[in-house]
Amino acid sequence: MINLHWLYVLAGAAFAGFALSSARDRTNSRRWGNSAFWGLLATSFWFGDFLGDIGNGVLVLALVAIAGAHLLGKGARPSTTSQERKIHSDRLGNKLFLPALIIPFTAFVGTLAFNYTPLKDTGLIDPKSVTLILLGVGAIVALATCYAWLRPPTFAPIDEGGRLADSIGWALVLPQMLAALGVIFAAAGVGTTIGAMASAIIPHGNIFLAVVLFALGMVAFTMIMGNAFAAFPVMAAAIGVPILIQADGGNPAVIGAVGMLAGFCGTLMTPMAANFNIVPAALLELKNQYGVIKAQVPTALPLLIANILILYIAGFRL
Amino acid sequence: MNYLPLLGIALVVLGFALRFNPLLVVAVAAIVTGLLGHMPFLKVLGTLGHGFNENRYVTITYIVLPVIGILERYGLQQQARALIRGMKRATTGRLLIVYLGLRQILAALGLTTVAGHAQTVRPLVAPMALAAAEKQHGELDEATTERVKAMSAATDNVGVFFGEDIFLAIASILLIQSSLKSFGIELTPFQLSVWAIPTALCAFVIHGARLLWLDRMLTRSSPSRSDGEGDRSAELSGGGAIAPTGPSTIQSPLDGPPPHEASPRREDER
Repeated sequence: MINLHWLYVLAGAAFAGFALSSARDRTNSRRWGNSAFWGLLATSFWFGDFLGDIGNGVLVLALVAIAGAHLLGKGARPSTTSQERKIHSDRLGNKLFLPALIIPFTAFVGTLAFNYTPLKDTGLIDPKSVTLILLGVGAIVALATCYAWLRPPTFAPIDEGGRLADSIGWALVLPQMLAALGVIFAAAGVGTTIGAMASAIIPHGNIFLAVVLFALGMVAFTMIMGNAFAAFPVMAAAIGVPILIQADGGNPAVIGAVGMLAGFCGTLMTPMAANFNIVPAALLELKNQYGVIKAQVPTALPLLIANILILYIAGFRL
Repeated sequence: MNYLPLLGIALVVLGFALRFNPLLVVAVAAIVTGLLGHMPFLKVLGTLGHGFNENRYVTITYIVLPVIGILERYGLQQQARALIRGMKRATTGRLLIVYLGLRQILAALGLTTVAGHAQTVRPLVAPMALAAAEKQHGELDEATTERVKAMSAATDNVGVFFGEDIFLAIASILLIQSSLKSFGIELTPFQLSVWAIPTALCAFVIHGARLLWLDRMLTRSSPSRSDGEGDRSAELSGGGAIAPTGPSTIQSPLDGPPPHEASPRREDER
């Protein structure tokens, strides 16, 4: 049966490729830092299950040390120039979008096809991770298509992928780190503490008020952490699961999905989400570094109200 | 009740406020929180490692980078620009609404990284929005220029935030799934992503209405149309030193920065 571990092997190969490509990139003065960072990530994907918890913890600390000591850099490794790209795009036209569309198309249509045909019973793919596995399949098909059609130099995909990975840098593993932080928060009882504080406020039996507090909690915690990913596990443990789902019988899919989206309204309003709110202000040379946030607040607040209504109506009344 | 682990949250706030590396901030906060929660250090380290290892699939979407990279090499971004340039009758509001819809749809297909502040907003969307605003408004003062630029960036964020969760394999959907699973609630990504659709529609309507409002403001406050402000508009158009700080400073790097500069830190925190 094809399961997530096949995908981890594939991802490990990609990161190992980025590590080799970074190591060869002489335009990057910190190339060894980049190479070690991607190499460690490849190690995690390939051998994470054999390292043990402490071993993985040390690996995490090593990743953090590389990022924290500013050992990651960006090179200017040779790609095509703007002029060459213009010439290519004039020649290739809108067909260029097709390989990019193969990936989501494979993942989406493949998932539907798998779930609603007898394929599901063949045991070919682990039903719990069908979409992710098909995403991997799509990436392989798209890459094969690019090779056949565009005939790039053999190592160009790894070099170009490495170029993109280097430009994203440490931020690439931040979501995974925040998920790990969520696990620690849960183990240390942060969720239950906040939950106790929250349930001390919530008068029992008032579903609407509980929904409002859940949504506002997502927003507040997201604004503090700069990230709805970090807020979600805590607020789910505090209010979402014990009160909304278990005590009040709300629809878990609505509470999960729309709860996260309520958090995204918080992301629009916080300087802590620097990549979305502060970096573009600098990129666009705004005088006011909070200009983007200022432009987003009038969208975020009505949308938050909409989310609260969706949570309440779809979660409890449908 | 042990309230001490909550200090870990304060540490995250402080660390981000002082602009330390976010990975470092998160790791330190994790360790301090664990220690304050009466876990021995090795237990904390093991829990951190275990949590990291178990959540590897959050990072799995980056296996598409080689494909996106190779397509960029052959002019994907240039072609996207050409496609949008072909649209006539553009106003700032309409242009940004089209971008909002396009961004939402692309994000819903999982294509969150084909556009972004560095890839599309700075080189493409903001200059086009400013050019359209000049058509509507005449010469732009600094406040208006700031507003149009800020709305361009805001539109990108709204589009990607409230489109991506419709895609099944996006990190946030997977995170919701794994969080609820730890409470014994089993959901498929499909069940979750369906419920991202109502909010996506609301986001389009709310932000779209604001963009149409921006259009009205730009047309109404046009200095060339109001009679009483002749002096002011003359002053503005005469102040040649002001004008170049507007569109031209953004437009000049259009061909400038090498493609390597594109796409810093997108796919991550939301």
